[in-house]
Amino acid sequence: MVIDTLKCVGCSDCVVACQTENNVPIGYCRDWVTESVSGSYPTIELELKSERCNHCDNAPCVRCCPTGASHIVEGGIVLVTADECIGCGACIESCPYDARYQHPDGYVDKCTFCHHRLEKGQLPACVSVCPTKCMYFGDLDDATSEVSELLKSRKHKVLAPEAGTKPNVYYLI
Amino acid sequence: MQEEIFISGRNIPHIDPYLEVWHFPISLYLFLGGLAAGIIFFASLFTILKKDKEVPTTVKGAMIVAVVAISVGLVALMYDLTHLLYVWQLYMTVRIESPMSWGAWVLLIVTILSFLWVFSYSTEMFPKWDWKFDFLKNFQAYLIKNRRTLAMILLPLSVILGIYTGILLSAFNARPLWNTSILGPLFLTSGLSTGAAAIILFSKSHYERRLLSKIDLALIILELGLIVHFLMSMHAGSAVQIEALDLLVGGEFTVMFFVFVVILGLIFPALLEGVELMGYKVPVIIPALLILMGGLIFRMVMVEAGQITRYLY
Repeated sequence: MVIDTLKCVGCSDCVVACQTENNVPIGYCRDWVTESVSGSYPTIELELKSERCNHCDNAPCVRCCPTGASHIVEGGIVLVTADECIGCGACIESCPYDARYQHPDGYVDKCTFCHHRLEKGQLPACVSVCPTKCMYFGDLDDATSEVSELLKSRKHKVLAPEAGTKPNVYYLI
Repeated sequence: MQEEIFISGRNIPHIDPYLEVWHFPISLYLFLGGLAAGIIFFASLFTILKKDKEVPTTVKGAMIVAVVAISVGLVALMYDLTHLLYVWQLYMTVRIESPMSWGAWVLLIVTILSFLWVFSYSTEMFPKWDWKFDFLKNFQAYLIKNRRTLAMILLPLSVILGIYTGILLSAFNARPLWNTSILGPLFLTSGLSTGAAAIILFSKSHYERRLLSKIDLALIILELGLIVHFLMSMHAGSAVQIEALDLLVGGEFTVMFFVFVVILGLIFPALLEGVELMGYKVPVIIPALLILMGGLIFRMVMVEAGQITRYLY
């Protein structure tokens, strides 16, 4: 996933779309929007970012999971099998992005990149509703895909690269 | 200067404003697991060295304490699982990469073997108790004959169990305070020291108490060294680790850590044990209880403070 921070206006539509699409319990969210202000007056800079699970290549949550409930499916998406999750919280502790939470039903829940929609050929709910079209979803392994082209042409960053997880959500800056 | 805020109103229970997924039961389990590992280690060691007759409490009474501790610890562990009905999934797979997976297996094996150990001593400890069935009596005779073998299996397993309580935390690179490999040896040493303290607490033999006091004193000195090592590794660490260290040095956990763990839980009982070894009379219950208290508070501080440290937000 590639997100253009220059286009994001922080409307939180992605958050609401996700909560509706995935029936996220009230008070919880799988994605969220942050606003960071840096610098000091008069040269201050504002950055808006829609954040979520980074579906890391080197996912610590998958490594720490004692039952194998957290796993990486074909294509690189990190998913949790609710029936195998014991709710120990190891994956939550291991995530530098704090992208996971314990669902009120007990198992651990998180962003799935709307795997059920992808299977039908649709885009994740957050991407599909973004009014400024600042989010792009595609195959990073495919060098000709829109996301790969964006990363080739634009300056970008990932969150907390120092945590060594090789995240897969890129932010254009 | 940089300031970052959530503008979509994120306030997930137990995740925001800081992580609170692991609570007191986990600290209690880490403490009881370490304590049991310590007792089992000494019981096995003395049995292998054929000194089991000289340390009766270690191999008998204290092993009951170990079995109770490990059982209570297991219940505490399960109490903190939010999807408890699926707990059997732990034993459907072995995942070497996940400390919790192999830790759960080691814990299961150690628990079973410790119960067998206590069973092998049960008639000796409670002569009036009758196991009624012949096969139980035969099995007990078999266990008594193979006690040394049992000890040889339990000795390495108890070390793994003791280290595991630390490795469990240090495996998480997302929590900078935990992410140091010194935590394994540190928790093992602390576990052995609390185990020795528990034996001292229950022992009636002067020789046994004196022997374990000496061992405990050495372990406490080693543990203090490891704590200095731990603080130094944080101090020389990355930005997030320096920030994590601030919680223990000058931050909100300073009093808990330095007063209750380092001074009252380690230095003061070490001095008391030293004074006692020199020949002065000190009620043995004081240093032993202080060490146990220090061990528990140490784990509470580590579990709670560790969850506050993070990379983002």
